Amino acid sequence: MHLSWIDYLIIALYCAFVLGVGFKLKKSMKTSLDFFLSGRKIPAWITGLAFISANLGALEVMGMAASGAEYGMLTCHFYWLGAIPAMLFVGLAMMPFYYGSRAKSVPEYLRLRFDEKTRGLNAITFAVMTVLASGINLYAMALLFKLILGWSIHATILLSAIVVLIYTFLGGLTSSIYNEVLQFFLIVFGIFPLAVLSVMEAGGWHGMAARLPAGFMNMWTNLGHASSNPMGVDWFQMVAGLGFVLSFGYWCTDFLVVQRALAAQDMNAAQKTPLIAAIPKMFIPFLVIIPGMAAWAILPHASFMVHGKMDYNMALPLLLGRYYPAGMLGVGITALLASFMSGMAGNVTAFNTVWTYDIYHSYIKPGQSDEHYLWMGKVATVGGVLISIAAAYVALQFGNIMDYLQLIFSFVNAPLFATFLLGMFWKRTTANGAFWGLLWGSIAAGLHYFATVHGWISYRSVMAGNFDRAIFAWTTCFVLTIVITLFTKPRKESELHGLVYSLTEKPTYRHLKLLQRPMTLAVIVIVICVALDWMFR
Amino acid sequence: MDLDIRWPIGLLFSAMGAALAIYGAFFTSSQKIWRFWFDLDLWWGVAMLIFGLAMIWGASRASRHG
Repeated sequence: MHLSWIDYLIIALYCAFVLGVGFKLKKSMKTSLDFFLSGRKIPAWITGLAFISANLGALEVMGMAASGAEYGMLTCHFYWLGAIPAMLFVGLAMMPFYYGSRAKSVPEYLRLRFDEKTRGLNAITFAVMTVLASGINLYAMALLFKLILGWSIHATILLSAIVVLIYTFLGGLTSSIYNEVLQFFLIVFGIFPLAVLSVMEAGGWHGMAARLPAGFMNMWTNLGHASSNPMGVDWFQMVAGLGFVLSFGYWCTDFLVVQRALAAQDMNAAQKTPLIAAIPKMFIPFLVIIPGMAAWAILPHASFMVHGKMDYNMALPLLLGRYYPAGMLGVGITALLASFMSGMAGNVTAFNTVWTYDIYHSYIKPGQSDEHYLWMGKVATVGGVLISIAAAYVALQFGNIMDYLQLIFSFVNAPLFATFLLGMFWKRTTANGAFWGLLWGSIAAGLHYFATVHGWISYRSVMAGNFDRAIFAWTTCFVLTIVITLFTKPRKESELHGLVYSLTEKPTYRHLKLLQRPMTLAVIVIVICVALDWMFR
Repeated sequence: MDLDIRWPIGLLFSAMGAALAIYGAFFTSSQKIWRFWFDLDLWWGVAMLIFGLAMIWGASRASRHG
């Protein structure tokens, strides 16, 4: 692909605006709460769009198009089964504790509910995971732009890291959230024509079905047995592995997304954040998965080869090159650039919060002034960006090691949802139960992965292995936490008010109009989601 | 909030949309137009411009009311 001056002009406009937003927000960053949680004063529609956008990184956008090309409509399970139910759950059932406890982060909630060591375990794992994810994101971005546009790897890494550093340093979480909302609209405007044009060229829905392998157009009727669908998983692995463990583990406990809801202006807005996010989320498959399928239907399969290997990730870039003239190409590339950069910004702002509140404030220098922690947050932002750059270069040197690490980290979180479920809904759950359950759940995931790599357990597909591993890790944590809890002494009930379901006053919205209540929104989302599943069953 | 997010979104999309539409109207070679039987740059640029102006309109109305 070749970019012309108009494309560069559009990319430059985007960068100028992003930096401008940072400078404009600088003067409202007066306290550490402003910097880390946007002073808790953002309206629900903005936190909602940021909530979904934080997860709509370029790796997801390209990866979902890739899965569309590889597995077809089954990929939609990542949305309608693997996201929506968990998003409703975190909004309706968990937000009253997260937001209501006034915890500033997910690890801080763990300290309030359990103890210091459980928080430490989660804070440190999260901090390490987040900067590595940020580095891998940077590395993937540089590789992609090198491959499709011929940009220099060093220049891409350094320039984008500098832009992200400037705007997160100046505007903190608010800057990050604003850019995520901006990115959401850029992705929609940058990719929507692609989706329409590719499906039209493939001959509409039926024309596309005729050109794709059997089982590509269905989501449920082919899940009876692992051998009857291209993903190699059965309905149990799909529902329990993806729909329950992986999905709830990510949407309900990952601070990167939860932080967006914590920045909301009140409890109603916090609860609505994931519910509002669920509405666009349901329709994103039409933007990313279906074009991937169309690409597989219309393009010669040899065009997906990169360095002699089949690379489904090329689906989206191939379509960009096929349909977009100079000008539109600039918008499409800006959309990808924006989602890489805001993905990195999201990681950096989540990292600096957990580092400052949960590690620095708790273990290194407690009892300092708020100014000191605001300063530390800014230092951590610079540090986070520098570590990301270092991680990107390590990834460039040893690509395989990073893949390996990333896989391991994706399972570390799987058992965490068991800890939260028991902690929030069973008041007896003890700190020791939670800590050891969580630790052994994570170790169980690691052991299972080790066994798969060495061929002691084998699966029909990598995906099937991932789903089973998540179920295994979650169950280990769940059972172990219960057993240890039964042998240890529970905390006094008076200490658990606002932290456990049965000891917390539920927010009521009787005074609000029906349409303003979170529950109404949730019901609308469920109806649409079930209808979509039924349509593509 | 100190900065209404609709301002940056509105201004950026207006600027991008206008640039794209002008480029589409005056500069696009016919090279890729055949695929769509219309000028994608021009019309998608206009769509982005309308979205941008709507955001600006919303932001300025909100700032006048309070």
